[in-house]
Amino acid sequence: MWRSTIGKKTIVAVTGTILIAYLVLHMVGNLNSLFGPGGGEPRIDWYAEWLRTFGEPLIPYAGVVWAVRAILLGAIVVHIVAVVQLRTRNRAARPAEFPARRIGRSWEARLMMVSGVLLVAFIVFHLLQFTTLTIDVTPLEAGALYANLYNAFQEWYLVAIYLAALVFLGSHLRHAVWSLCQTLGLDSPERNAGIRMGANVLTLVIVLGFALVPILFFTGALGEPPADELSASLTTLGGGS
Amino acid sequence: MNFKLVIWRQHGPDEEGSFETHEVAGIDPDASFLEMLDQLNARLGREKRPSIAFDSDCREGICGACSLVIDGTPHGPQQVTSCQTYMRDFVDGATIKVEPYRSNVLPVIRDLVVDRSALDRVIEAGGFISTTTGPQPNPNAMPIAPKVQEQAMDAAVCIGCGACVAACPNGSAVLFTGAKVTHLNLLPQGQPEREDRAFNMVNQMDEEGFGGCTNFGECSRACPQEISLDVIGMLNREYRKGAAAQRPKHRSEMIAQ
Repeated sequence: MWRSTIGKKTIVAVTGTILIAYLVLHMVGNLNSLFGPGGGEPRIDWYAEWLRTFGEPLIPYAGVVWAVRAILLGAIVVHIVAVVQLRTRNRAARPAEFPARRIGRSWEARLMMVSGVLLVAFIVFHLLQFTTLTIDVTPLEAGALYANLYNAFQEWYLVAIYLAALVFLGSHLRHAVWSLCQTLGLDSPERNAGIRMGANVLTLVIVLGFALVPILFFTGALGEPPADELSASLTTLGGGS
Repeated sequence: MNFKLVIWRQHGPDEEGSFETHEVAGIDPDASFLEMLDQLNARLGREKRPSIAFDSDCREGICGACSLVIDGTPHGPQQVTSCQTYMRDFVDGATIKVEPYRSNVLPVIRDLVVDRSALDRVIEAGGFISTTTGPQPNPNAMPIAPKVQEQAMDAAVCIGCGACVAACPNGSAVLFTGAKVTHLNLLPQGQPEREDRAFNMVNQMDEEGFGGCTNFGECSRACPQEISLDVIGMLNREYRKGAAAQRPKHRSEMIAQ
């Protein structure tokens, strides 16, 4: 499968599907923060802990989280390597110096490479900020998710980065979701309109679902974190400086 | 009608080409694009200058031999073959750019003529269909549902002109290969070799150096026969089945330890 163009495209489609499935889970998980500070223990903090204790004692602490991370890393690496190899082939098939007039190719399709690269850059940034807590321009503290989100999304530039990333994500997904159906051979003239519509709806749901969190924190619709979390993060900030 | 033509001239496969400008005057609006080029060639002949090489055969839109890229669009602006493109579709006095197909797999032989034998080799890789010889079979012995017949014939109208390759930003030939595979793999006559056909044709396509599909859909928009994109989905399905069928068909033997 890896050797032929169609086989490799199928692998890109399957790894893409894995990544989209994760995006849906991640988006739904994020929506836990909409329950607000929740008087002492925010639901998003409880959710993060639940993810880590999932399946205990059968599965070790954070076992599921690490398993998912491993799957995602594998999927994204295979996805990128396959795309880069296909891209090299495609470039070699055409003389670069005579561009034909383009006929009706969508902007999303044309920008797949650009949006893909920007998404990788964003994922690195996102992990460094909220997972490893390395980029701590706002006070970050392990386990205090609600406070971390609240503090980060008070800054307009962080909100702007996250919303911009969602624009790339939407652009990537709008072509990707239909495209993977076509690559997997699921599309047909009878189903095409439905699949196109489904791709648009799924893209919109994912993008809006993710966008709610930074927007609601920034506009103040989601209140301040519980006092103990806030003070804890302020102490961290004091200790750090 | 008068036109200014910017035409690609290239003496041989390995030579550098360049654009050359020619003016044509007094063209009948109902002349086809190729007839207009014929008139230009006749004049070049009278002037003892080398004529412009271009492919043509049937001149009725069914052979797929004419393969110009007119103003950046394979075959021309009307989504019909170059021979069925008429000068009335252009603005009088317009400057028209005429190029050969641009693909590294379909190299230019001379001027506007490209070598499309890579497409023939893809068809060849599809192989034959098994058929019985002897007395003519009963026509009703092989029923085909109208929907299947329609779908197969919609793919069979592919004339193999290669406009899909020329239109594709990746220089991919999946619309062409998909049309051939869809046509034969849907009909009962194509069943015995079904899996090997798709597998071998895709391998040949890759070997020729055609690019891969990124689902831009430009091939289908350029196709003079309006082949639908779903033949690519069919090709993807058939290839996967074919690849799976390449594993040994016999169950392996169980041996007691």
